[in-house]
Amino acid sequence: MNSISRVATIAVHSFKESVREKVLYNLVGFALLLIAAAILFGSISVGIQKTILINLGLSSISVFGLLMAIFIGVGLVAKEIERRTLYNILSKPVARAEFIVGKYLGLLVTLVINTAIMALGFYAALYYVTRQFVRADAIALEAIYLILLQFAIVVGVAIFFSCISTPVLSAVFTFCVYVIGNYLADIRWFGRENGSVLMEKLTHALYFLLPNFANFQATSLAAHGMRIPGYLLVSDSLYALLYVTVLVSAAVLAFEEREFK
Amino acid sequence: MWAVETIGLTKDYSAGFWRKRPLRALDGLSLRVEKGGIFGLLGPNGAGKTTTLKILLRLVFPTAGSAQLLGRDIRDISVHRLIGYLPENPYFYDHLTAPEFLNYMAEIFGMGRDARCRRVGTLLERVGLASFQKLPLRKFSKGMTQRAGIAQALINDPELIFLDEPMSGLDPLGRREVRDLILGLREEGKTIFFSTHILGDAETLCDRVAILHRGRLEGLGGMQEILSREVSSAEIVLEHPSPELVELAKSLASSVVRTGERVRMVIPEAAQPERVLAQFLERGAKVVSFNEVRNSLEDYFMERVGSPARAPDVRSAHPPAGGENP
Ligand SMILES: Nc1ncnc2c1ncn2[C@@H]1O[C@H](COP(=O)(O)OP(=O)(O)OP(=O)(O)O)[C@@H](O)[C@H]1O
Ligand SMILES: [Mg+2]
Repeated sequence: MNSISRVATIAVHSFKESVREKVLYNLVGFALLLIAAAILFGSISVGIQKTILINLGLSSISVFGLLMAIFIGVGLVAKEIERRTLYNILSKPVARAEFIVGKYLGLLVTLVINTAIMALGFYAALYYVTRQFVRADAIALEAIYLILLQFAIVVGVAIFFSCISTPVLSAVFTFCVYVIGNYLADIRWFGRENGSVLMEKLTHALYFLLPNFANFQATSLAAHGMRIPGYLLVSDSLYALLYVTVLVSAAVLAFEEREFK
Repeated sequence: MWAVETIGLTKDYSAGFWRKRPLRALDGLSLRVEKGGIFGLLGPNGAGKTTTLKILLRLVFPTAGSAQLLGRDIRDISVHRLIGYLPENPYFYDHLTAPEFLNYMAEIFGMGRDARCRRVGTLLERVGLASFQKLPLRKFSKGMTQRAGIAQALINDPELIFLDEPMSGLDPLGRREVRDLILGLREEGKTIFFSTHILGDAETLCDRVAILHRGRLEGLGGMQEILSREVSSAEIVLEHPSPELVELAKSLASSVVRTGERVRMVIPEAAQPERVLAQFLERGAKVVSFNEVRNSLEDYFMERVGSPARAPDVRSAHPPAGGENP
């Protein structure tokens, strides 16, 4: 049995495990509910109904997906450490790197599937409102793809923190990274204007260290029916891939050193 | 090639929140365990048994020293292919049933579907969980969890099996079953390395034992040698002794225990038990039994672990609660 099939086994198992988390269904349910509510909101003002639906719909996919990413990212790794279910796996011929990579892939599949369900709900709502699909509606799909890339990074962050700290702290840290990552440009601007050299260095370091989630925001473009530039899709994909690789490698390194006392 | 070989294995834990004081959990443990047979790692609570096993399984890393399993360095985890491990107080995925969990573990070893199915079935039967196929592990009792833990330790038909307190949480029947299971594994030529602080289990099972105390190896030997050390005292039991006889007993014996109609006493070698017996018989005492007190593992253990001075006593299931010492 080689490394790849062990990773696959762990990935499949963690996918199955996450599928049983009831919280996921609640989150998906909420997202669908909000999308449905967007139809009602929209019906108040006829002209911008579609814009409101796209805006609210994509935002709720983003928010609830983010909660899912943090929840399962932390829950399925940190909890495994805390509850010592890990002892059984690590005493088998499983390298620690295989465990982390397998977990990551399993959780990613979970997120993709859940996001797909939310996206389906969103398109159903869109069809309900417009009674047709036009080519421009595909833009929302591209926006959802960018949202999914953010989730991929967030799960990586969550797994990384899980490897070095407790479940609760991991969730808090991951959430902070996400929030800060959305305002990195502002933070850097603040650092420059602040006047303190230390502050400038610090914010500069943050800017380069933390993932820049602002690059992935395409909701308003989609809402106004504007095309998402192709280079943005490509560069964001590469950025996410690079970031995830770094995060998962860092998680593996931390995990290799970790003792299970 | 040894099944287990450790050289100067040492582990410091840092304790304390503010000022980290190192706590030496294991202190230069050097040990060799032959292949085949049952090896018991004995020691009181906190002796370092679990720490030793965790180091061997690579869950914690030694501060100093090295170890080999089946001739391979512990850092080479490919040796885990030939190893089984039951952690102390095991815990498993809540949502899985025992067959699902075992199936997952088997999959990690790359077993095919049919092989997995067969293996899981046999193991569930073997640990007595065959009738709990549908129950999620979260609803398992402590003893059932322990059995599931033993099953997962055996999933790959390992050559070398580490069991950390395998009997803990089991009812008398369960202990018996696990004891038979361990003996069965020995019959199959496996090496079993288990930790316990229950000396009775060790005495009935082990071929060799090591005694660990405060992280140090305090004793190591074959069970035969330990049990056949020289006889050091004798036990005499009298029925309905007169008060006068009881007084005599108290003056000669190292301990006298009264249970109902009977008085049980232990006569040390120095007091010449045969002469004492003769004295009792002369005075018309009704002697129920006269036994040499064999050295037990418990005596050996107490000697090594250095408990408060304790007269050699008859090992019994009921500790002499009302024991009087002259
Ligand atoms: N995570 C930890 N942090 C600090 N000290 C620890 C830790 N784990 C164990 N110790 C200490 O190491 C020593 C050995 O512990 P260990 O768990 O190996 O004992 P044990 O022989 O298995 O005991 P028991 O019979 O109670 O299971 C103890 O003094 C314990 O306090
Ligand atoms: Mg222990």
